[in-house]
Amino acid sequence: MKLFRFRGGVHPAEQKTTRQLPIRPLPLPTRLYLPLQMHIGAPAVPVVGVGDQVLKGQLLARAPSAVSAPVHASTSGVIEAIDEFTAPHPSGLPVRTIVLRSDGEDRWSESVVPIDPFRLSPTEIAQRVGEAGIVGMGGAAFPAAVKLQLGDRNRIHTLIINGGECEPYLTCDDRLMQERPEAVIDGVRLMLRALQCQRALIAVEANKPEAQQALRRACKELSEVQVIEVPSRYPMGSEKQMIQTVTGLEVPAGKLAAEIGVMVHNVATSYAVYQALRHGRPLISRIVTVSGGALREPTNLEVPLGTLVEELIKHCGGFKETPARQLLGGPMMGTALPHQQVPIVKGSNGVLALSAAETGLAPHAQPCIRCGRCAQACPIGLLPMELASRARHGKLDAALDLGLLDCIGCGSCSYTCPAAIPLTQYFNFAKGELARQREEQQKGERTRALAQARQLRLEREAEAKRLAAAKRKAEREAKKRAEAAAQQEKV
Amino acid sequence: MNNAGPLASPHTRQSSSVSAIMLQVWLALLPASLFGVWLYGWPALNLLLITTAAALAAEALGQRLAGRPIMPSLKDGSALLTGWILAMTLPPWAPWWVAVIGALFAIIIGKQVFGGLGQNLFNPAMLARVALLIAFPLELTTWVAPQPLFSANAPGFIDSLHITFVGVAPLVGGVDAISGATVLDGIKTELARGAELGVVLPDYYRAGDAMLGQMGGSLGETSALLLLLGGLYLIWRGHITWQIPAALLGTVALLATGFHLYDPLRFAHAGVHLLSGGLMLAAFFIATDPVGSPASRRGQLIFAAGIGALVYIIRTWGGFPEGVAFAVLLMNAATPLIDHYVRPRVYGRDPHGKPLDYQRGRFARRLKKQQGGE
Repeated sequence: MKLFRFRGGVHPAEQKTTRQLPIRPLPLPTRLYLPLQMHIGAPAVPVVGVGDQVLKGQLLARAPSAVSAPVHASTSGVIEAIDEFTAPHPSGLPVRTIVLRSDGEDRWSESVVPIDPFRLSPTEIAQRVGEAGIVGMGGAAFPAAVKLQLGDRNRIHTLIINGGECEPYLTCDDRLMQERPEAVIDGVRLMLRALQCQRALIAVEANKPEAQQALRRACKELSEVQVIEVPSRYPMGSEKQMIQTVTGLEVPAGKLAAEIGVMVHNVATSYAVYQALRHGRPLISRIVTVSGGALREPTNLEVPLGTLVEELIKHCGGFKETPARQLLGGPMMGTALPHQQVPIVKGSNGVLALSAAETGLAPHAQPCIRCGRCAQACPIGLLPMELASRARHGKLDAALDLGLLDCIGCGSCSYTCPAAIPLTQYFNFAKGELARQREEQQKGERTRALAQARQLRLEREAEAKRLAAAKRKAEREAKKRAEAAAQQEKV
Repeated sequence: MNNAGPLASPHTRQSSSVSAIMLQVWLALLPASLFGVWLYGWPALNLLLITTAAALAAEALGQRLAGRPIMPSLKDGSALLTGWILAMTLPPWAPWWVAVIGALFAIIIGKQVFGGLGQNLFNPAMLARVALLIAFPLELTTWVAPQPLFSANAPGFIDSLHITFVGVAPLVGGVDAISGATVLDGIKTELARGAELGVVLPDYYRAGDAMLGQMGGSLGETSALLLLLGGLYLIWRGHITWQIPAALLGTVALLATGFHLYDPLRFAHAGVHLLSGGLMLAAFFIATDPVGSPASRRGQLIFAAGIGALVYIIRTWGGFPEGVAFAVLLMNAATPLIDHYVRPRVYGRDPHGKPLDYQRGRFARRLKKQQGGE
């Protein structure tokens, strides 16, 4: 199949030392911390109370709106608290979290499993995916059902299953494809049905030959599913770059991929869809790569959602040296952890403990010499050094003009900068600032609109009063005149 | 937790630094520089060392006056490189004060006043060279014929100190030894006298010598071959792009060939232009200075073609025999403009920055193909 090239990109050292290590289950921890927001969208609303006894897979919190995802119990036990707890975010800010104490029995709740999910209608499939709390498991954590429902409005000609896993260190998708290819393929077929789409392309980077082989074996009978090898280059696993590589199409700025008939789902999402529809199991665990030079025994673990990072590190023998940085996710786009008391959530694909040598971070940035390496590396075609200098000086309009919102935050520019300028940091700051300004502007506009409405209402009322008064006066006068006329007549 | 730098991703970095890049460029310059020292003897070495030392001192002074840290900026190697390149463009036996004034001008006026590394609009070495040429035309156009180290006529070490710190004239055997004109000088003078190019060219230009650098000229500009090798090394290592040297040399070659075909008696052929003067040094080491050149590859092509055209125009019709420094400065000034208008196309947008509309063009064709389930 003809592939296309995306511009720029970088080749960070792969460091995929765990790619030959089988997935092992993590022993059940005593407490699980399930944030009500493990996804993009509105936080879930608890349907259980403190002290409730729950079973594995039972619904704990429901999705209040379309763009949201429910939360289920990762094991059986007792709800110990519903409280604020540190969320996996660099700020370390707390979010509402359900704390579940395991009873050690790991007992499943009854669930309804269709005999053959392929007899479900596309809408029903999407609905069940939504009910299972499945979100994009490549890291973005966007509710999968919302995307699957887009098949109604747009004709999807190609479903791309993203097995790129271009982040260094991470091998959880690689292992999943190697060990459970049939399940992944089954999930792909279900998604094809949900989207009413005829073609799925599973794109796997060239550095995962075993995974490609396993998938090919599993889908050789299927004409609608095809495994394709894409070059190993970061950020191949980014949705936009993946689409460009496989189809040669670019998602128009500000639009959804569905609008050009393409949809991308991660392999792990596909596996979750299989679990939900074939076995009635909601998304309550995921595969996580635990790795990094500071860690004693890197491995791949299947982890109940809500397990603290601490438990994973402990299970892997702890540190052999003090890590320079602990991360959730890959080194290119992952988030730095404030500490280890942070739960694994639906989008957590890796826990990394990097040594100082691995990060190679410089304490101070040097001046930009305009060497242009950042512009060469940018897969979008932006000029990061120009953009950063605008963002740094708070010139948001100029930054917008240079394409601030086109930036996908892949970090290729920062990675390649010889002067160690934290370009991505500046962009994040500018994007945040922009969002804040917009919000404030909207607030201002709302306030103004309300004030205006009130003014209009007052004016309307005053006018009505005036009219009423004038009418009364006119009536009174008419009456007076009539009386006067009557008097005169009498006279 | 112990953290170095900001917490935003990425959390890893390619191992490279500004000083490593500068070191690579300096290494690439070394063969041509050493050749210059060998060709013109000890005074050339004095010139290199004095210019570089003065550039470093000026950098330290500038940083101090501006209240910026001194050591990091000395260590980044940019001042060293500026001094080194400036020395390479000077007449090899230039006196010490030319070197010192040049280096001070380059670093203080050319770079520090703009705010230090990365902030300057113009190439500091070229700025200094032009300032020196205007202020001290005699010293800047006094060339020596090659007198390789340890050869019969070459000045000894003590003599070289005399040449550098006192003056040239009384020492060396004949006036001829110091007045060997450069190729471009010679051609310009002869043409002005009304001579025919075909007749006089062999007196000044021999292709082999010009390639290797066996001729009069600036300290480090004569060996086209060694400069080319150094430049190719930088391209191979990814420190410079091929666009700038290719467009610069290509434009000069194209113009020279065109005019030569039009009138061979008045216009020298491309070989003369490519192999003499500062063209090779400029193409690989000066025009490629990232600070003053455009960011995009297309912008770089325009920038370098502009330099090439200006070099040819100045050499052929201008008042000076060589125009590299002027050409570089003029195009440096055009860089912000080029950067403003020439940007890479952004993903998902057309060349004008509007979102792709898929109504026509290659994207529409591709979409149709994909919809057809190709």
